[in-house]
Amino acid sequence: MRVEMKVNGVTRSAEVEDRTLLVHFIRDVLGLTGTNVGCDTSSCGACTVLVNGESVKSCTVLAAQVSGEEVTTIEGLAEPDGTLHPLQRAFQDNHALQCGYCTPGMVMASLSLINEHPNLDEKAVREGLEGNLCRCTGYHNIVKAVLAAQGEMGAKL
Amino acid sequence: MSILGNRVVRTEDPHLLTGGGSYVANLDWKDALEVAFAVSPVAHGLIRAIEIDAALAMEGVEAVYTAADIDLPPLPSAAPNRPDTSRPLLASGRVRFVGEPIAMVIARTAAIAEDAANLVWADIEPLPALIDPEEAATSANHLFDGSNVLMERSAPGDPDLFSGAAAVVSERIVNQRVAPAPMEPRALGAEVTPDGRLVAYASTQSAHRVKAVIAKSLGLEPNAVLVRTQDVGGGFGAKASVYPEEILTAYAAWRMKRAVRWVENRSNSMLGLVHGRGQIQYVTAGADASGRLLGLTLHIVQDGGAYPFFGIQLPNLTILMASGAYRIPKIEGSFVSVATNTTPIAAYRGAGRPEAAAALERILDRLAAELQMDPAEIRRRNFIDPGEFPYTTASGARYDSGEYSGALEKVLEEGRYEQLRSEQERRRRAGSPLQLGIGLSSYVEITNGLTSGEYASIRIDRDGRATVFSGTSPHGQGHKTAWAMIAADLLGLPMEAITVITGDTDLVPRGVGTFGSRSAQAGGSAVREASEALLATARDLAASLLEADPQDMVPGANGLMVAGSPTTEIGWAEIASEAERAGVDLVATSDFEPTGASFPFGSHLAVVEVDTETGKVKLVSYTAVDDAGPLINPMLAEGQIHGGIAQGAAQALMEEFVYASDGTPLTANLADYPAISAPELPEFNTYTQETPTPLNPLGVKGIGESGTTGAIPAVQNAVVDALSHLGIRHIDMPLTGERVWRAIAAAKNDG
Repeated sequence: MRVEMKVNGVTRSAEVEDRTLLVHFIRDVLGLTGTNVGCDTSSCGACTVLVNGESVKSCTVLAAQVSGEEVTTIEGLAEPDGTLHPLQRAFQDNHALQCGYCTPGMVMASLSLINEHPNLDEKAVREGLEGNLCRCTGYHNIVKAVLAAQGEMGAKL
Repeated sequence: MSILGNRVVRTEDPHLLTGGGSYVANLDWKDALEVAFAVSPVAHGLIRAIEIDAALAMEGVEAVYTAADIDLPPLPSAAPNRPDTSRPLLASGRVRFVGEPIAMVIARTAAIAEDAANLVWADIEPLPALIDPEEAATSANHLFDGSNVLMERSAPGDPDLFSGAAAVVSERIVNQRVAPAPMEPRALGAEVTPDGRLVAYASTQSAHRVKAVIAKSLGLEPNAVLVRTQDVGGGFGAKASVYPEEILTAYAAWRMKRAVRWVENRSNSMLGLVHGRGQIQYVTAGADASGRLLGLTLHIVQDGGAYPFFGIQLPNLTILMASGAYRIPKIEGSFVSVATNTTPIAAYRGAGRPEAAAALERILDRLAAELQMDPAEIRRRNFIDPGEFPYTTASGARYDSGEYSGALEKVLEEGRYEQLRSEQERRRRAGSPLQLGIGLSSYVEITNGLTSGEYASIRIDRDGRATVFSGTSPHGQGHKTAWAMIAADLLGLPMEAITVITGDTDLVPRGVGTFGSRSAQAGGSAVREASEALLATARDLAASLLEADPQDMVPGANGLMVAGSPTTEIGWAEIASEAERAGVDLVATSDFEPTGASFPFGSHLAVVEVDTETGKVKLVSYTAVDDAGPLINPMLAEGQIHGGIAQGAAQALMEEFVYASDGTPLTANLADYPAISAPELPEFNTYTQETPTPLNPLGVKGIGESGTTGAIPAVQNAVVDALSHLGIRHIDMPLTGERVWRAIAAAKNDG
C-alpha cells in the first residue's frame, strides 16, 4: 500500500507492505536511522517520535495509520546549520547521555513532555518519562537536562 | 592551568544527539543480507531432527544453516580441563537452554529472516531440565559427559575461626540472576572486501578480542580480519564476551562473499546475551563483644548457566574481595560453579565484586543487630586505617590505598544520618504504616582486576592536529573526551585539535578493551605515557628552533613555549614542519603495563520507605561518597556513579531473571523483565573523595562499577533496617512488594 506523510517538514511517500511499522518506515524506507529500536514489546521508548507534535512510540503504530500526518524525528530537531535545539544542548551540558542509544527517543519524549506540561517539576519529569528506558545514566542527568531545557525553552516563548 | 579535573562536555555527544549514532543497525547497507536465528524453545533435550525446508522455500531466503552445514570449531570452554563443555556455535545433538541457536537464517530482509526462522522446526526429545544450581550440583542428570560441577575450590575449615567471638551469625543469601540488557541488543555486520579481507562491524566491548576470535574460528590469518567498532549502545560487561552468533555472521559473509548483518531482537537478546550474578552464598561472620571482626567464611554456589563462560570464575573475585574495607584476621572461601539449563552467566557490572560487598555488608548488619550496635559504628571499628596501605587482606587482595572512614563520615554527615535515625524512631513510636529504613554500605572494589595493560599512540600531523589511537573499546563512557583531555593537558593542544580513534583494529594495532573498570587507569595512562614521549621529541624540536634549552619548553595554548614567556610560543603546525625537515616522526606509542589492580572504595547511604501494610518499597533518597582517586572529568565520573547506583538499586528492588521449573524463561522481554524506570529512582546526592593510587602516572582508579557495588547492599540493608523492629533480619533480593509483605506477615505470625 501507499503511505504519504510529512517527515521533518518534507513530504515523503512510498509503497510499503501493509504490516510496515512506522519505525521501519522511518528507518528502512526513509533511511532516517536516528530513531533506534530497543525492544519488541513497546516497552523501552527508544523509537519515540512526534506525530502531530505528540510523542508516539513508533513501533506501536503502522505507517499506514499516520499516513497524512506530520512526523518529527530526532533528525528534525537541530537547525539546518547544525545548531542544537535547546533540549539537545541541555542533554549535552548536563551529561544526560552515555551510550546514546535511548537518547533520540528520550529527547523526543522530553520535548513533547515540555510542550504539553508547563512548569514541570522533578517528579513530573520522572513520571512523564516512565515509558523511556535508559540503562546508562540512572535518569538523574536526564531529569536535570529536561528541567534546564524547560527553563530555557520557556524563556524563549 | 590543567584541563584535567574539569567538567568538559563530551565530544561524543553532538552526533548522538542529532540522530547520527553509528550503531550496527544503522549501517547504510542496502544490499546486505540479514540474519535471524531459530532458537531452542526447550531447555534441555536431544535434537532428533531439524526441518528447514519451509524456511528455505520462503521467497527472499538465501540460506539456512544448521550445525550439520558448518565446519567451525566450538567456542572453547571457560572450565579448566573440561573440553566436553565447549559450546557448538549451533546446537548439535542436544540443546541446553531456551534461546540456544539451532539454525541460522539468511535472507534479503530482516523481516523475512525472522519470519523464516519461525518456520524452522526442531524435533527435540525433552530431558529433565536443571534450573537450580544447588540441585544441579548433586543431580545424577548431567548436561555434559562429565559432572555439572565445572569448577570448585574448598576451604581448610579452620575449627578456631570464630574462637573468642561474642557473636557469630550466619545467613544464606541469594544474589539473584539478572539481565544486563544494554539498550542496544547484540549486532554484527560483516563483508568481504575486493582484496579478500573480512571486515566486521561489531557491537562489542573489545574490538580486538572479536578480531582474534573470528580469525581463529574461521581459520584466517589475523590480518585478514578487520574489526570496526563504532557507536555501541551499552554493554555492562555482557558485550565483553564474543558470541556464536557473531562468529556465524562473519562466517556467512565469508562463505557467501556478501555483506551479511545480524541485529537481534530484544526477546532473543534477553536469552542469548549472557546474564549476570547468580550466586547462592552461605556467609558466617564472628565478632568480639566490641564488634571487632574475628573471622568470615563464605561458600558460594555459582550458577554458570548452560555453557561455562566467565561466570564460573566469578566466585574467585567474590572471595578475593570478601574482606571489604575491614580488617578481618581470618577468611575462608570456597565455591562450586555449576552448569544449569539456563542462559550462560558472565560479566555484568561489577562481575563478582558486588556479590562480595552484598554478602559482607549484609552480614555486618546482622552482626551489628546481634551486638545491638549501630551499623555505622561496627563499620568504624573495623576499617583498615589509612596508614596501613599497602594492605594485604586475609583473602589475598593487596589494596593500594584507601581512606575508608573519611568516606563513611562524609556520607553520614551529608546524608544526615542522625536526623534520619530520629525520624525512624519517631515513626516507630507512632506505629506509622510507612516505616523508614536507613541502609549503609562501605565497599571496596577491585578495578582492572586482571591487571592487563593497554595500547595508545599519538601522532601530530602537518596541520598541527593530533590523533590519539587507543586500544580501549568505549560504549558510552566518554573515553574519547577523557583521552583527549589527557593529551591536551600534556601537550598544550586545544580539545578541538585532537581526534581520538578507537575500535578499528587496523588503525589501532592492538588493544584489550573496556571492561572491569580498567580503562582510565590502563588506557588513560597509556595515552599519558605516549603523550609524554611525544612531548620529549617535540621539546627538542621546538628548543632547536628557539635556540633554547629543551628543559625550559612547556605547553602553551596550542604549541610549546619557553616557560614564562608566551610570546615565544611555537605552534604545533610549525613543530610538525620542523619535524618533517629534521626527518623525525611526531609519533609516540605506549603499551602501559600496570603493576597491580587498584581498589576504589566508598560509602553509600540509602533511605527507603516501606509500606508495612502492602510491602511496597520506595527508595526516597540516596547519598554516595565515592573515591576512585583524582578525577579526569568529574562529570563523566558522576555519570558512571549514577548509572551504577541505578543498576544496583534495580537489582536490590526489582530485577530478576526468572525461569519456570522446566527451564522456560518467564522474563524474556522488556515487558516482563522489570528494567528500572525514572519514577522508581530518586535524585542521587553524590560526593567524591580523591585518594590517589601509586600504581599509575594519573593516580586514578576505576569508577565504572563502584555505584553498583555500593548500591546493592545499601538499598537491601535499608529495606531490612526498616523492618528490623519486627525482628526481621534478612530478606533476599529483589525486594518486591510481595516478598517484603510475606516477610512482614511471617514476622507478625512469629511474633
